[in-house]
Amino acid sequence: MGADLQEFVQHVINGISLGSIYALIALGYTMVYGILQLINFAHSEVYMVGAFASYYAARFFDTKPGFATLVILLFISMTVCSILGVLIERLAYRPLRKAPKLNILITAIGVSLFLQYSAQIVFGADPKVFPTVLEDSTLVKWGEVELRSFDVAILGVGLVFMVGLHYLIHHTKIGKAMRAVSSNSTAASLMGIDINRIISTTFIIGSSLAGVGSVLVGMKYPKIDPLMGMLIGLKAFVAAVLGGIGNIYGAVLGGILMGLSEEMVVGYLSSTYRDAFAFGILILILFFRPAGLLGKASQEKV
Amino acid sequence: MSMIDVKDLHVHYGGIHALKGVSFSVNKGEIVSMVGANGAGKTTTLRAISGILQYKGTVSFDGETLGGTAPHRIVRRGIAHSPEGRGVFPNLTVMENLEMGAFIRSDRAEIQKDFEHCFELFPRLKERVRQLAGTLSGGEQQMLAMSRALMSRPKLLMLDEPSLGLAPLIVAQIFEIVKKVNAEGMTILLVEQNARMALEISHRAYVVETGKITLSGSGRELLSDARVIDSYLGGP
Repeated sequence: MGADLQEFVQHVINGISLGSIYALIALGYTMVYGILQLINFAHSEVYMVGAFASYYAARFFDTKPGFATLVILLFISMTVCSILGVLIERLAYRPLRKAPKLNILITAIGVSLFLQYSAQIVFGADPKVFPTVLEDSTLVKWGEVELRSFDVAILGVGLVFMVGLHYLIHHTKIGKAMRAVSSNSTAASLMGIDINRIISTTFIIGSSLAGVGSVLVGMKYPKIDPLMGMLIGLKAFVAAVLGGIGNIYGAVLGGILMGLSEEMVVGYLSSTYRDAFAFGILILILFFRPAGLLGKASQEKV
Repeated sequence: MSMIDVKDLHVHYGGIHALKGVSFSVNKGEIVSMVGANGAGKTTTLRAISGILQYKGTVSFDGETLGGTAPHRIVRRGIAHSPEGRGVFPNLTVMENLEMGAFIRSDRAEIQKDFEHCFELFPRLKERVRQLAGTLSGGEQQMLAMSRALMSRPKLLMLDEPSLGLAPLIVAQIFEIVKKVNAEGMTILLVEQNARMALEISHRAYVVETGKITLSGSGRELLSDARVIDSYLGGP
């Protein structure tokens, strides 16, 4: 295998690994949008709080690098994020359920800023070094192509949660109820489905996936700060739009595409303009498919 | 004693007094229909009973008042509502739509029996169980909406405009099934603009005009009532 091809394969691996993280976070945006038609701008801050929760947990328990630590930190981060997500919905969004959508959108931005600045007070504005979750090692070496422990962990964990989500959405009663609420919430309530419970469940799932993302990012890029959610949140949101917001497979596809394009731009063009290129691709795709790659223009039968 | 007893129902929305004191009742085993023009308040009445709209007045069902009960609890009391415009879940398969109809139940074996029963009533649904509901024709969606409502095993089935936008042949089929389901013991409250079809199968009926009930009687009486003929049946 030529050196060029090996380099390319390496970029693909890195890109998919980064993309899985975007995908996990994008799922939270797309699921909440699917149920409430709301862009939950506070989602990126839920992710940030998840990173800090696992940072402090790791310090508190003085964890040693290893698989068990990964599992424990995932659990803690997911729990904290779920609670925060549900609280945000209860306190900020639910009272505005019948208000115009724009009011809720502005509230979401407000919650996002509130959490960013509260975190600067509580955690301090200086970046912190995330503890080592896994030892960095090369598991497979194939010519110049390396499969590192981080990337294997990210791909493995990402895959487990995405497959788990697919199972939940399509094969459990609560998952089907979530889809029913997303397609027609009034009709769903006539079936006996408690809409508020479904909305809370959606926030629990979306937020805990952001929690998963935060641990994976902390593991691979171990520097965290209260504003860390802004850019990654924006990219994950863009990934959700790119795939077709409201569609969970779109969020996964969009996330992977974002990761891949960013990695390819860095690898072959310019690392300075990585984000410009990534967002440029977004504009291009939406130009040809305004509803996103897997999004459908809504249709109604008379 | 009547199964559902509605007294002096008032609904306001957005400054409009949509229902101005509607009173009626449905007895066990009956088909009762509400007929009237578009905008008369028929759909509003059903939405109030289901808890989707707030109202003044009393709705008693099986001797207990329903006022202020959330929609998802009303179903558990035994009222199923097949809404206007059918309200099927387009992104769910036919089977999943039926499963959602049985959301409040957990008696698997009995649910299975009721699926079979729906497929007996509407064999076309059986051919399409794996298909997304959004890909069904209008008539098939109506069949699905009715079946889905039946899946909760209600005491009272409320049907809102089952004939809306459907070809006459399909409408006739749907009304046959309504009669059949009633013959099996289901109590039905039917809201229809197609007054002739509705009155022909109804035991009793009410005529609704601008938020009030203006006439009531047996289906046959109303079919031959001069006022009904003039306004709703399009002449002699």
